[in-house]
Amino acid sequence: MLSWMAWTWPTAMVFIGIFSAIGVLILLEIRTPGGDTRKGVLGLTTTRGDRLFISLLGTSYIFLAWLGLVGMPLWWPLALSLAWAAFCFWKV
Amino acid sequence: MKTENQKAWFFVLPVLLLVAFNALIPMMTVVNYSVQETFGDNVFFWQGLDWFQQILRSERFHAALGRQFLFTFLILIIEVPLGIAIALSMPRKGLWVPVCLVLMALPMLIPWNVVGAMWNIFTLPDIGLLGYFLNHVLGINYDMTQDPLAAWVTIITMDVWHWTSLVVLLSYAGLVSIPDAYYQAAKIDGASNWSVFRFIQLPKMKTVLTIAILLRFMDSFNIYTEPFVLTGGGPGNSTTMLSIDLVKIALGQFDLGPAAAMSLIYFAITLLVSWLFYTLMTKDDLN
Repeated sequence: MLSWMAWTWPTAMVFIGIFSAIGVLILLEIRTPGGDTRKGVLGLTTTRGDRLFISLLGTSYIFLAWLGLVGMPLWWPLALSLAWAAFCFWKV
Repeated sequence: MKTENQKAWFFVLPVLLLVAFNALIPMMTVVNYSVQETFGDNVFFWQGLDWFQQILRSERFHAALGRQFLFTFLILIIEVPLGIAIALSMPRKGLWVPVCLVLMALPMLIPWNVVGAMWNIFTLPDIGLLGYFLNHVLGINYDMTQDPLAAWVTIITMDVWHWTSLVVLLSYAGLVSIPDAYYQAAKIDGASNWSVFRFIQLPKMKTVLTIAILLRFMDSFNIYTEPFVLTGGGPGNSTTMLSIDLVKIALGQFDLGPAAAMSLIYFAITLLVSWLFYTLMTKDDLN
């Protein structure tokens, strides 16, 4: 049924990762409602969901920039992305 | 602790399903395509991130992206001030209000491909009303099928003609919602027309203008039909916008992998610009 979608394991893992992150956010929201709203270092008022969005958007740009300017392998952008995500959830 | 009733979220479920079917699942398929190569018949070969690397380093993509940003920048810088100016000069009361509103809405009712065809015929140098007038009456050498500058002038004029109304109508909605008391207070203080605009009208229009600019940005950044019908991306590649290039790669060359990678990069750009713009415009309101 799903063969037309041409699934591969790596792309499936990406989506499983994103959806589990959203799932974790839902669980957190049920435990502590209100989205943990705060004003971060960028001057933006963000919730947990905003922080995930900014992390993912930043991650896609880090990888695209690395691919375009440097190329393979992608360990460095992975480390950068993890650092960016940690920064987003910690400070933004 | 305050307990909130979250049951209202269930009402969003139908929309979520709809979005899943018309956006999320196709998008996932595009992600899957972007890392594979296919020769048709639903057979795919793993390609990794080669397509992304190839697109990001391709001059053709850089050129199309540059043209796309230039086009969007030019139409925004014309349509937004022009739309505000027209909205300001429209009557707020009386018989002419519905007349103006209907006249303003007319261009937006015309389908994109018809707009393209209209402007194509309108600007053809030998048979078009405008083209003939410019070439044979005024003596200006104007041919959008030959001259890139003329092609650009034509598609920008066409877009301004088609979509300024959107900015006008949204700005007008913002303007009529300002209570008279504000204007009376401004009059008592002896405020100039500019001060009334700067400190009363513009702040009151901010929300609708944000929506107008966002809509115009996304629409113009994804523009396809009108330049496709009008110039077909030519002369040469001079009006080949990103979406035209994308369709050429995906359907013309049937390179689904590179096209998928390109559309994801395209999507990332639209998403970032829209998010940045929306965040910056609404930053003060949220705080």
